[in-house]
Amino acid sequence: MNIIACVKQVPDTEAQIKVKADGSGIEEGQIKWVMNPYDEFGVEEALKLKEKNGGDVTIVCVGPARAMETIRTALAMGADKGVHICDPAFDNADAFVVANALAAAIKALPHDIIFCGQRAIDDDSGQVGAMLAEALNLPQLTLVTKLEFAGSSVKVIRPIEGAQLSIETALPAVVTCQKGLNEPRYASLPGIMKAKKKPVDVKNAAAIGVATDAKARVAKTVPPPARPPGKIICGDEPAQKAAELGKLLREEAKAI
Amino acid sequence: MDFWLKDEQKMLRYNIREFAEQEIAPVAMELDEKEEFSCDLTRKMAKLGLFGIYVPAEFGGAGMDYLSYIIAVEEICRIDGSHGATVAAGNSLGIGPIYYYGSKKQKNEWLPRLCAGEILASFGLTEPNAGSDAGASKTNARLENGQWVVNGSKIFITNSTSKMAGICTVQAITGTKGQKVGPYGSIETKEVSCILVPNGTPGFTTKKMTKKMMWRSSDTGELYFDDCRVPEENLLGKRGEGFHQMLQTLDNGRLAIAAMGLGGAQGAYELAMKYAKARKQFGKPISTFQINAFKLADMATEIEAARNLLYKACYLKDQGKPFGKEAAMAKLYCSEVMGRVTNEALQIHGGYGLMKEYNIERFYRDYKLLTIGEGTSEVQRIVISRRIGCFETD
Repeated sequence: MNIIACVKQVPDTEAQIKVKADGSGIEEGQIKWVMNPYDEFGVEEALKLKEKNGGDVTIVCVGPARAMETIRTALAMGADKGVHICDPAFDNADAFVVANALAAAIKALPHDIIFCGQRAIDDDSGQVGAMLAEALNLPQLTLVTKLEFAGSSVKVIRPIEGAQLSIETALPAVVTCQKGLNEPRYASLPGIMKAKKKPVDVKNAAAIGVATDAKARVAKTVPPPARPPGKIICGDEPAQKAAELGKLLREEAKAI
Repeated sequence: MDFWLKDEQKMLRYNIREFAEQEIAPVAMELDEKEEFSCDLTRKMAKLGLFGIYVPAEFGGAGMDYLSYIIAVEEICRIDGSHGATVAAGNSLGIGPIYYYGSKKQKNEWLPRLCAGEILASFGLTEPNAGSDAGASKTNARLENGQWVVNGSKIFITNSTSKMAGICTVQAITGTKGQKVGPYGSIETKEVSCILVPNGTPGFTTKKMTKKMMWRSSDTGELYFDDCRVPEENLLGKRGEGFHQMLQTLDNGRLAIAAMGLGGAQGAYELAMKYAKARKQFGKPISTFQINAFKLADMATEIEAARNLLYKACYLKDQGKPFGKEAAMAKLYCSEVMGRVTNEALQIHGGYGLMKEYNIERFYRDYKLLTIGEGTSEVQRIVISRRIGCFETD
């Protein structure tokens, strides 16, 4: 079975994000970069599928040179090989460009199932998985929390408001992964050493033959407005304080 | 000179930090309080590959260098000393002697199971009346009909009593070698050998030691050998090499104890920094009072110096150069730095620091083992003063 997992390198969830003074993006100097957490679910599911049914797992990533660390992390978790699409032309890529680049790389590989995170935690656009399925002309199963493999098809669960959908499709297909699907494993120490010797194919835009013109561009990045200070209700009488709280929630916060 | 870590060392640090924060931090306080050794968590650490870090892949290890191992211990101790102790003792004292001195057969028999975390190995050295004076050991083994018959007892032995404890490298007197004049007078030199004794061998019993001040969720035990018989082939290396094997094992082990001091100091410093920035008195964060800012600056400086000293000692070992002096210096310095850092870190926490809820008190307690275990600070100073030539006078 030929399994693909797409990964993106994003700032650590605990990183302090500072917006550049000119609004052209974020300061990258002090940031610790990690694998997008939703992509970790995809890598884990790919590895579980491989362990159960055999085959191999290929990691595909669009990103700058530093994204190699994230590919190596996926290889250390147990994936077999990687494709790194790395070109300065992708520096301002939007979801459309990234999806097309991934599609071009994946077309050149045998693929039975393709995993993506449901969205990346940095730009939160949530479009790449769906666009990738379109570009490859494959069925898409999005926001998946459970996956069962049955030979030439898969059955997945996708939660919706108050219910869950059970969806089945023939393979190949693109699956976007949601929290709840699995518990991603830690890369083991022997895994880290093995990852050093696993092959990663580095390709530029010309090599995969894909246009790099974005459909959308980020006009400006601004920090979120400062949070207004909280209010502490003083007083000795609990009943009085509760009444005051009720009044504020109703009149000021308009929460009730 | 090159101070950059290798890619795999960076990845290892990040991974173990994640693991320690996600898996160890939430339970560390409770396990410490209950004085409970967690087999579950130890198996999880084994799954991550934390046992046999420097052992080649052919024996089931991770095949990394010694510095990688040291970084791993540092990262665990940044969160919890007890679990760092389980890993450090498991690697340095448990796996170490078998890996460095075992026959091919012994390695094949024990290392894969140890590296997989199926079982833990312990190192039976200290005795009730033989601590720093390891030569005063009484435990003995005599050869009888192709079997070693071991008698005696050991104390303060890490990883020796839990249901995961599988084997102990026991230091025993196997004969005498004559007289020798040492720095503290004439002594009868004994022939010391190391013998592998599996837990569960008839005549070998263990007792968990409780009511410890520190490392409360690591497994510490007393061992008793009562006409305990093991095959002659369980001898580790050659007969009479036990003392030398012990000294080398302790040289290696010192690096891990130093890593525990470094990691613990780092963890305590981070707790103090976080608290000092959040805690307000007189209308401003207490980190902005110069007295506290300077304390934090001193902590950061000492930790940086400790890290550089320890990593250099590891570098020497990884390059195959002599590292005994630097290992003793790193053990001495890192453990004492952790003492100063935890003391001031708790001070910064004020009254809250005295409460278990704030974790810093655990670091304050855990520190104290480090100036005592695997060679006291005093013994480190003996080792260093010998290596710098203090006793070589005309």
